[in-house]
Amino acid sequence: MEKRVVFRQTFLPYLLLAPQVLVTLVFFFWPASQALYQSVLREDAFGLSSEFIWFENFSALFAEAEYLHSLEVTALFSLAVATTAMTIALYLAVQADRVIHGAMVYKTLLIWPYAVAPAVAGVLWMFLFNPSMGIVVFALRAVGYDWNHALNGHQAMALVTVSAAWKQISYNFLFFLAGMQAIPKSLIEAAAIDGARPARRFWTIVFPLLAPTTFFLLVMNVVYAFFDTFGIIHQVTEGGPAGATNILVYKVFHDGFLGLDLGGSAAQSVVLMAIVILLTVFQFQYIERKVHY
Amino acid sequence: MIANKTLLGALSAVMMGAMSLPALAATEIQWWHAMGGALGDRVNEIAENFNRSQDKYKLLAIYKGNYSETMTAGIAAFRAKKQPHILQVFEVGTATMMGAKGAIKPVYELMAEAGIPFDANDYLGAVKGYYTNTEGKMLSMPFNSSTPVLWWNKDAFVKAGLDPEKPPKTWPEVGEYAKKIVAAGYPCGFSTAWQSWIHLENFSAWHNVPFGTLENGFAGTGTEFTFNSPLHVKHIQQMADWQKDKIFVYGGRRNLGNAKFIAGECGMYTESSAGYGSFKAGAKFPFGASNLPYWPDVKGAPQNTIIGGSSLWVLSGHDAESYKGVAAFFNFLSLPMVQAYWHANTGYVPITNAAYELMKKLKYYDDNPGRDIPILQMGSKAPTPNSKGLRFGNFVQVRGIIYEELEAIWAGKKTAQQGLDDAVKRGNVLLRKFEKMQN
Repeated sequence: MEKRVVFRQTFLPYLLLAPQVLVTLVFFFWPASQALYQSVLREDAFGLSSEFIWFENFSALFAEAEYLHSLEVTALFSLAVATTAMTIALYLAVQADRVIHGAMVYKTLLIWPYAVAPAVAGVLWMFLFNPSMGIVVFALRAVGYDWNHALNGHQAMALVTVSAAWKQISYNFLFFLAGMQAIPKSLIEAAAIDGARPARRFWTIVFPLLAPTTFFLLVMNVVYAFFDTFGIIHQVTEGGPAGATNILVYKVFHDGFLGLDLGGSAAQSVVLMAIVILLTVFQFQYIERKVHY
Repeated sequence: MIANKTLLGALSAVMMGAMSLPALAATEIQWWHAMGGALGDRVNEIAENFNRSQDKYKLLAIYKGNYSETMTAGIAAFRAKKQPHILQVFEVGTATMMGAKGAIKPVYELMAEAGIPFDANDYLGAVKGYYTNTEGKMLSMPFNSSTPVLWWNKDAFVKAGLDPEKPPKTWPEVGEYAKKIVAAGYPCGFSTAWQSWIHLENFSAWHNVPFGTLENGFAGTGTEFTFNSPLHVKHIQQMADWQKDKIFVYGGRRNLGNAKFIAGECGMYTESSAGYGSFKAGAKFPFGASNLPYWPDVKGAPQNTIIGGSSLWVLSGHDAESYKGVAAFFNFLSLPMVQAYWHANTGYVPITNAAYELMKKLKYYDDNPGRDIPILQMGSKAPTPNSKGLRFGNFVQVRGIIYEELEAIWAGKKTAQQGLDDAVKRGNVLLRKFEKMQN
């Protein structure tokens, strides 16, 4: 005998959904529509005069060599952050999963960096690597390596990537660990009995079974690298040197809030919005198909 | 009974408090500023002293972050109709503020309405020129003004076998001295703060060459940048070449390089005269300040340097009573005593002639040799169209572009010619954008 519960009320579900819908409308749709509107205007900073100029802001944007450079930088940066953060987190999760004594201590310590705000993380790394007083820089100089990320674009990129990945490792670690603990022990034990070594067990059993987690984290990490790393970039390099770390979201801030070019900045955020939508669709369309749940 | 009495007492106290409130209620005036640290303390002292000097107005000095953050906060507040009365805006934002005609209340108008005598000619020429309109009327209230000078580490000079009391006068001499300093074991001959302001903007004025057309933008918005002239290229290329032997070392954007000078790494350092406060607090060696170096083969050099720093803009949309308070505060701020106090404690220049005269009368420069160098450097020659100052729209963004291109030059990715050409080209795009917005 099947028992089905049917809610006849039509009002209640909407009421329960309302807060979420309201938050989404106010904090996502309304600002997004404002950005769309602003991107076709030329307006002075004070909002005293504005002129409708169709897509002039967009054509100016793509005529700018620096913007195309910023696109490249963003692609490189998000790829580097996602791979670094996920690889290290996976390695740590595998190790933590095996530890028997003091597992809680390891886990807690590994999760800590996630509680650090991006701007604060940026300041920490900035001090460590400050070209004139950073402690790491002293050590590097002692072994004959000259560190100056104020001038060397590759070093600057490496530094912001490491800072951004360091923060995200905790988040990834948490999900990987949870994912691994959900894998039935019997599978692994069976493989062990068949003579599979830890490395083999990992690649043929654990890793494929972690695929849904890995996929989820890939999406989250790319979104993180696109948007949440703003504070780190602002503290550590300000997009420099010579635009080497000028990722799209930082350029939006720089041109809009420091340069006071609202139309151009809005056009950039519209492009950014389109890129993220496309990326997410692509990830769900093509990569998710390869994931076994 | 006793409880009753206490209650009665408390009540009457409250009543009296309530009744006396209207008499006490001073008109509140908000001043958003960008002076952090020790400078912020000085600003608070000035505000407190103004409040103590009268009881009609209450001035609230509120720190809003660095210059860009303060300006952005002020503009955002204006759009939300919650703007402060007074907003401190750095000199590169001047053209933007001047262009926002409906958002500002010109200072000359404010003072006239309040009936307070105010003459732009009371201010030092270099200061006045920067903040007046084409009719010579003051649009904003000059506040903290400084100019770049050469700071040198006397210990480093001694170690390099140089006379610690004789700083270099020209760029070739700087190169020579720096080479000796590096040879004596220092990791850096000289470094600089504010690379665009000092090595391009002030460099142009100091050598009497234009930074842009149309009198550096004073004569109209149809201006174009010209800081890729052979002289500019020669100077920047020389700095880039000097990097190979550590004669010049790049220390980072804005004045991040201060850390290098204070730590004693660099023998010489070009930075604003306002760097005095932080050097005095941090440097563990004797140091001096002298005139900005120049190229001796340029005819007419040195001319005069231009100011940096900021001015106070009055925002529109407040009532007449509070504007009277703003005018009273500006009057207070211009008093020679207040200016003298500010100058002596910060390294900014006194902005009125009267304050400068007062300092001379007090024999301040006899006791503190070198503190008048910035004033003399800005004012010893009458400014030319190339050395009055700069007035370019979107200049905050242009500075960002110049930073990027100079960094590409320092990193050896571009030659000075390529980098400066690109900076001019990209800057001109922003000038055209600003021009369109103004029409």
